[in-house]
Amino acid sequence: MEDIIRIENVRKVYKLGAIEVEALKGVSIRFKKGSYWAIMGSSGSGKSTLLNLLGCLDRPTSGRYFLGEDDVSDLDDDQLSDIRGQRIGFIFQSYNLIDQLTVLENIHVPLFYQGKDSPEVFEQCAALAERVGLGDRLHHRPSELSGGQQQRVAIARSLANDPLVILADEPTGNLDSKTEDEVLDLVDELHRQGKTIIMVTHDDHVAERAERVLHLKDGLIHRMVENRKEEEEPVS
Amino acid sequence: MLPFRLLNTIRLGVKNLLLHKMRSVLTMLGIIFGVASVIAMLAIGEGASYEAQEAIRELGSNNVIIRSIKPPEDDRASGGQGGMAVEYGLTYRDADRIRATIPNLNEVYPMRIFRENVRFASRQIQAQVTGTLPSQIELLNVPVILGRFLTDVDQMYRRNVCVLSESLAIRLFDFRDPVGGEIKIGTHYYRVVGVVGDRQRPGENSQALRLSNAEHFVYIPLSVARSRFGELIVRVSSGSREFERVQLHQITAQFALAEQVEPGSEQIRALLETSRDKADYEVIVPLQLLQQAEQTKRIFNIVLGSIAALSLLVGGIGIMNIMLATVTERTREIGVRRALGAKKRDIITQFLVETVVLSVGGGLIGLAAGLAIPVVVSILTDMVTIITLWSLALAFGISAIIGIIFGLYPASRAANMDPIEALRHE
Repeated sequence: MEDIIRIENVRKVYKLGAIEVEALKGVSIRFKKGSYWAIMGSSGSGKSTLLNLLGCLDRPTSGRYFLGEDDVSDLDDDQLSDIRGQRIGFIFQSYNLIDQLTVLENIHVPLFYQGKDSPEVFEQCAALAERVGLGDRLHHRPSELSGGQQQRVAIARSLANDPLVILADEPTGNLDSKTEDEVLDLVDELHRQGKTIIMVTHDDHVAERAERVLHLKDGLIHRMVENRKEEEEPVS
Repeated sequence: MLPFRLLNTIRLGVKNLLLHKMRSVLTMLGIIFGVASVIAMLAIGEGASYEAQEAIRELGSNNVIIRSIKPPEDDRASGGQGGMAVEYGLTYRDADRIRATIPNLNEVYPMRIFRENVRFASRQIQAQVTGTLPSQIELLNVPVILGRFLTDVDQMYRRNVCVLSESLAIRLFDFRDPVGGEIKIGTHYYRVVGVVGDRQRPGENSQALRLSNAEHFVYIPLSVARSRFGELIVRVSSGSREFERVQLHQITAQFALAEQVEPGSEQIRALLETSRDKADYEVIVPLQLLQQAEQTKRIFNIVLGSIAALSLLVGGIGIMNIMLATVTERTREIGVRRALGAKKRDIITQFLVETVVLSVGGGLIGLAAGLAIPVVVSILTDMVTIITLWSLALAFGISAIIGIIFGLYPASRAANMDPIEALRHE
C-alpha cells in the first residue's frame, strides 16, 4: 500500500527565550494508507510536537513532510489552513466542539471554511451524525450532550472533509471506561472502513487497539511495536 | 456561495452577541449615545442656522440699516431732566445725503418708529408705529391683504391714515372689516386704509438679529408722523421725565446687488462720520451679520460635533475593550476553527462582523434616538431643529467605521494566535 504520510529526518526546535529546546531530533517515518497507529511516550518525549507537525499546525525546523503527494514542509499559513481543512481530521481529548453551534453545524465547520454549504453537504453531515449514532440529536447543543456523545460528534466532524488521515489526541482521556470502549469501537470501525488513523495516547490499553505502536523518547523514535490481532488482517 | 458564507458569519456573530445580551447592550450604549448626540446636535445647529438665515432674510441681505442710538451719557444727556432735550440721531438731512451721494442705491427708506397704544372702541393694544414712505411696502415684503398701502398722496397731504398688520387688525376689529375704521394712536385719530400681512417672525434663538420684539405694526405716512408726534419724545420713568429729540429712528438703504453692500456700508459710515461729532447711530449690515452667524454656527457645530465624536470614540473603545475580552474568552474556539481549516482572514472576518453588528446595531438604535431627540427639543423649547439626511448618513457611517476600526485590533489579535497555543488554552 502507498504511503500517505512520509516524514524524513524532521527536527523541531523551540526557542524559549535564549534557550533552544529540541523537541524532535530527527525523526523519519512512513505511515501507510489505511494503517492504524498509536503514538506513545512520556511527557516531553516529543509526541505532541510530532502530532502538531503531522496536523500541519506547525512547520518542522528542518526535514521534509510529505502528506499525500505533496511536500507540505514549507507552506505558508493560508496554504496550511487549506491542507488542514481538506486532508486532516482532528479528534481532541476535550472534544473541542463549538458551544454556540448545533451538532449538525459543528460537523459542518471544516466544510464551512472550504465554502461548501449546499443542501447536499448538510445532508452528508447529517448522515455522518447518523453514522456515529446521533442522528436524532442534529439540532442539540454540545452542552446538552454527554461526554461520549460529544466525542462522537467530534469524530463525525473529523470525517466531514473525508480526510487522508485522522489525528486523535488522547481521544478517550476525558471519558469513563465504558464510553471509552464505545468511542474506541467507533475508531476501530473507521479503521476497518479504510481510514488512516494516528492516535496519541499514554494508555497501553488504548494503544493495544492500534496495529502498530510508535514509542518516542527524548525526541527520537525509541521503538516500534506491532500488535498481534485476533482478526486476520494483512500486515504490510 | 460567498454571500451565503458572509450571511452565515453574520448570523453566527448575532448568535454570539445574543449569548451575552447584557454585555452586548451595554457595549452598544456608547455607540447609541454617540450617534444620537451627533444627529441631535447637528439638527439643533442646523435649525439655529436656519433661524439666523430667516432673520437675515427679514432684514434683507441687500440692505444696510442705520439706526439712531442714544450716545453715551454726557453732561447734556443727564441734564435732560432739567428741561433740556437730548438731541441725537439721524436726520432728514442724513437721509437726503445718503440718497444723493452713495452710488448703486436702489432706494432709501427713512423711518420714525415709536411704541404707542393703539385703541379701537374699548380695545387697547401696544404696537410699533412706523412713520414711513409709501415705497416701504417693497422693503417689508408682505402682501397687501385688504385696501391699500400708504400712497404719495397720503404723504403729500399729511392725511391721517394708517395701515395695520394683519394680527393687529384681527385683535382690534375681530373679523369685522377694518378698512374705513377709525383708530386712535396716541392722541390722534387715524382712518384705516389697508391691512398688510404680518412680518415673518424669525425664531426665538436669533434675538441678536432682530431689530424689534414687536408683534403688531401700524404704518403711517412719514409726514404725518413728523407733524403729529413731533420730534420731541418724552419718556416718563419713575417720577422723572426725559426729553429726547430725534428726527429719524432708522434709515434703511437698499442696494441693487449683494456685492455692493459691503463697500456701500463703508461709504455710508464715512459719510455719517464727517457730519457729526458724536456716535449717535449704528450701521447694521445684515449680510455681515449673516456671515458672523454662519461663522458662529460653524464653531458651534465643530464644538458640538467634537463632543459627539468624542462620545462615539468612547463607544468605540468600549467595543474594543469588550471584543478583546471576548477574544480571550474564546481563544479555544479560535484554535479549533484554525485547526479545522479556518484561515487568518476567516477569523478576522468573524470577529469584525461581530463588532460591526454591535456598532451598526447601536448605530441604528442611535439613529432612532437621534431622530426623536430634536422632535422632543422642538416641542419643549420652541427651537427649530432640522434633521438633514447627510447628518444621518454621517452618524451612521461613522458608527460603522468605528466598528471596523476598533474591531480590527481584537480581530487581528484573534487571528494571529498560534493555533497550538490556542487549542491548549483553558
